[in-house]
Amino acid sequence: MSSLDDLYRRVIMDHYQKPRNRGKLEESDGLIVNLNNPTCGDSISLSLKVAEGKVVDAKFMGEGCSISMSSASMMTDAVKGKPVEEALELAHKFSDLMQGKEIDDSIDLGDIEALSGVAKFPARIKCATLAWKALEQGIKQAEQE
Amino acid sequence: MNAKELRKYFPILHQEINGHPLVYLDNGATSQKPIPVMEAMDKYYKAYNSNVHRGVHTLGNMATDAYEGAREKVRAFINAREAAEVVFTRGTTSAINTVAYGYARAVLKPGDEIVTTIVEHHANFIPWQQAAKATGATFKFIPLQEDGTVTLDAVRETVTDNTKLVAIHHISNVLGDTTPIKEIAKIAHEHGALLLVDGAQGAPHKKINVQDLDCDFYAFSAHKMAGPTGIGVLYGKREVLERVEPMEFGGEMIDFVELYDSTWKELPWKFEGGTPIIAGAIGLGAAIDFLNEIGMDNIERHEKQLVKYAMEQMREIEGLTIYGPQQDRSSLITFNLDTVHPHDLATVLDSYGIAVRAGHHCAQPLMRWLNCTATARASFYVYNTEEEVDVLVEGLKKTKEYFGNVFS
Repeated sequence: MSSLDDLYRRVIMDHYQKPRNRGKLEESDGLIVNLNNPTCGDSISLSLKVAEGKVVDAKFMGEGCSISMSSASMMTDAVKGKPVEEALELAHKFSDLMQGKEIDDSIDLGDIEALSGVAKFPARIKCATLAWKALEQGIKQAEQE
Repeated sequence: MNAKELRKYFPILHQEINGHPLVYLDNGATSQKPIPVMEAMDKYYKAYNSNVHRGVHTLGNMATDAYEGAREKVRAFINAREAAEVVFTRGTTSAINTVAYGYARAVLKPGDEIVTTIVEHHANFIPWQQAAKATGATFKFIPLQEDGTVTLDAVRETVTDNTKLVAIHHISNVLGDTTPIKEIAKIAHEHGALLLVDGAQGAPHKKINVQDLDCDFYAFSAHKMAGPTGIGVLYGKREVLERVEPMEFGGEMIDFVELYDSTWKELPWKFEGGTPIIAGAIGLGAAIDFLNEIGMDNIERHEKQLVKYAMEQMREIEGLTIYGPQQDRSSLITFNLDTVHPHDLATVLDSYGIAVRAGHHCAQPLMRWLNCTATARASFYVYNTEEEVDVLVEGLKKTKEYFGNVFS
């Protein structure tokens, strides 16, 4: 597998073409985090519903490259229904994955693992982490409310 | 000129990236530097490093001569009347901000107008937007043609007797169009307004004659024209620069310091507080010598030919959109390929050793006007060849094929 194929794995392209959880929650139903990557113009609008220590629902809208959009699709899929703590732990794991660190296998990353190839493309790491940053910010916001 | 011959002066070009020969097409962001530029800077540090304008000793005199000698080279390069009209800055951004702070913010008031376009690079947009916000002046935009170009009729429609400053690009870093500066200057002056030209993509690619253009300010950076980073130029007409207040206070820029007030040195030094960018200026001087040796008219002709050659082939690729004027473009081509995001495109091209820019090119208002969030850009310089264009075109075809496959 060339490193290009390692970057653009089939599952990434699948999420890019058929994004899961694309959309917006009712305003009364959750909070919204808007983030963009000022150097390249990628943007995400993440709607998050957090209740009783759980990520009840997550949807996203946005524009960007295959990496940023597939990452958002995978992230929303992965954290939906998870306790906040687990979602945050997953975010940390993802950050480690992007830095090329070894990940212990206590948590099943599922589709997300496909993004591990991004670590070899330093210029693209920010694309992959945008959605996760929005998640972390949203959880923080929810905890403050 | 012979681009292939010139490549021997650019050691960086002779390397492989991801197993392919480097094809560097991101010159709009920064150009590569030839050996004579690096040697001139090296020599300064090795043989006569010293501060300028203050030492009585020999090295100090040598450094001063080289620094002021570089200023004279810039003067001749843009045909300014006198070297005092050439101010060294950190780059185009700080040159434009010098005028925004020292002139626009100091004199503008509500009812006055600053006129620009939405094509501008952020460096020639935000300083004026913020100056207008701070002073209550009106921020106005010259309406664009469908291809993003500026017509004189549109300039005439926009500039009024309330306009105090017109700020416009010489060559757009996205659209590659060249604005009719001389005629715009005439319109601005008829209304008593000053004209500032963002020459970041102008000075590296065509012969500049500021007296003929009759602009009041012309700003550009060394690093896009074979020179080092960290140095640029603010040209201003003497009578205009004298009305601009210095933005940075400190050593080197003062005439007489009293307890409660001070006076400034004469032009251009009142704008060069602190120890100046000595090695950078010397590097810029060497870059100018290098470009003059080739001839600016030859450089312009070579690049336009490359752009024409590239556009002819790129138009053949189905699904490829080229933004901006479709002919008579300077040095760069901005485009998108099908639904492939420019980041993905740039990553795939990089895997073939081809360096292009992907993103909003520091022109977010223009991106919105073009109705895209990002584009890819191939930008050329003296050392690029038709063979490299062929590699780019081949790379684009492979990218299209690659994403065709992964999407299917």
